[in-house]
Amino acid sequence: MGDSAADDSKIPITVDFSGGLEILFSNQRHYALSLPAADKDGSPSTIKSLVGYLLKELIKDPRQDLFVLDGHIRPGILVLINNADWELEGEEDYELQAGDNIFFVSTLHGG
Amino acid sequence: MAPALCAVCKTARALIKRPKNHAKLCKTCFITIFEDEVHHTIISSKLFFPGEKVAIGASGGKDSTVLASVLKTLNERHGYGLDLVLLSIDEGIKGYRDDSLETVKKNAIDYDMPLKVVGYDELYGWTMDQVVETIGKKGNCTYCGVFRRQALDRGAKMLGIKHVVTGHNADDVAETVLMNLLRGDLPRLSRSTSIITGDSRSEVKRSKPLKYSYEKEIVLYAHHKKLLYFTTECIYSPEAFRGSARGLIKQLERVRPSSILDIVRSGEDMARLVPGASSSGCGCKGKEDAPLTAEEEEVGGGCGSSAGRPPGGEMAAMDRQLRENEEAEGLEIDVAKTMASKQEPKRELPIRNSNSKPTTQQVLGNCRLCGYMSSQDICQACTLLEGLNKNRAQIQI
Repeated sequence: MGDSAADDSKIPITVDFSGGLEILFSNQRHYALSLPAADKDGSPSTIKSLVGYLLKELIKDPRQDLFVLDGHIRPGILVLINNADWELEGEEDYELQAGDNIFFVSTLHGG
Repeated sequence: MAPALCAVCKTARALIKRPKNHAKLCKTCFITIFEDEVHHTIISSKLFFPGEKVAIGASGGKDSTVLASVLKTLNERHGYGLDLVLLSIDEGIKGYRDDSLETVKKNAIDYDMPLKVVGYDELYGWTMDQVVETIGKKGNCTYCGVFRRQALDRGAKMLGIKHVVTGHNADDVAETVLMNLLRGDLPRLSRSTSIITGDSRSEVKRSKPLKYSYEKEIVLYAHHKKLLYFTTECIYSPEAFRGSARGLIKQLERVRPSSILDIVRSGEDMARLVPGASSSGCGCKGKEDAPLTAEEEEVGGGCGSSAGRPPGGEMAAMDRQLRENEEAEGLEIDVAKTMASKQEPKRELPIRNSNSKPTTQQVLGNCRLCGYMSSQDICQACTLLEGLNKNRAQIQI
């Protein structure tokens, strides 16, 4: 949808946080972001690039290890790419497309 | 890469990859299978009888919200004839329960169930805020946990209800199995794996219908059914040991998702080794087909992941174990000989500390002070309360 109109250098995506993760992101659940289409080395932006961006630009809480542990999304956090389990989409290596919704939900919080 | 199709209906796009067997499912088939499996657990473990009044321990969190939603659905779909009530405990932590109780109130309206809220203050004369004021943040989880356990039962009793269901999931059970294993507490391990707890002496029966449900799937069920739940961390410091066990489980899950149900299954098997313990596994022995079309080899039926175990292998396994024991004995003797020359007379069971209790099933009686069922003369809650009331801090239990 509207591929030709998209700015080549930026990809518009939406990101949601839930299950307690929103606490790390200024208590805001929904974000509309514009990400560079490619990493510094020219390869297409992936979930990994997004996580790097979130850590650098968006996370305000000092407890970053509740989101990323040893360079990867903390075990116990589910990632949905356009509502599908990221395990079906290539996990961190999934290449972001314009209009994607990435949903991070923690299972670690009390029930 | 073309999107994967659902392994069951083969038409809709797969959105879920199941941790227990890697099956790829669409939203509709996932919701059906999740509900069918809980139904299977309920039926094979004979959790309910028609007309039973059941209180759902409701915290407003994901587990109890999903439990309430699934039980309502199954009760209507399969005609269980249950009279369902939401029961919430107010620990008296300002800024924590206040918000989650609002969620429970909303659930009560959504699911059309009556709601009863019982406070620690009316049950024990202490709110958790007051407990923390007295003893500090360290160790307060012990108080909260002991009080909560009784609070649900006492709340149920006030309502004239003899059965409380809780939202404990497979991850919770696996975590508890690990913790008890690491503490060397087999009797407690045995009790924690049972789907039903409380025997004929206790007035209130407890059960966990989501015992075989992955936390991941509970969260996904809530997400795809758009259920409203509340998330927050308890504002008092989390239990470090439980946190470590939880972290370990989640890391294992990432590497080998079936680990969680395997730990639950191992816990059940170990529980059978505890003297006087009753077998607690799913009644189906994994023979009944799960409502799932096999797509991959690992897709198994029944509860847990035991379905893939070779049948009738128990004797062979026993045989093998005996042989291994003999071999190990050989090694042990060598070690023992060298040790014996240097050490004091041999103790019979050097692995147990002299102050640890023998591994036997605890005998349940009643608390001398409050009459609540207890394996001790005075129940844990009363012991803790006695200490609190004397303003004595940090009792080890």
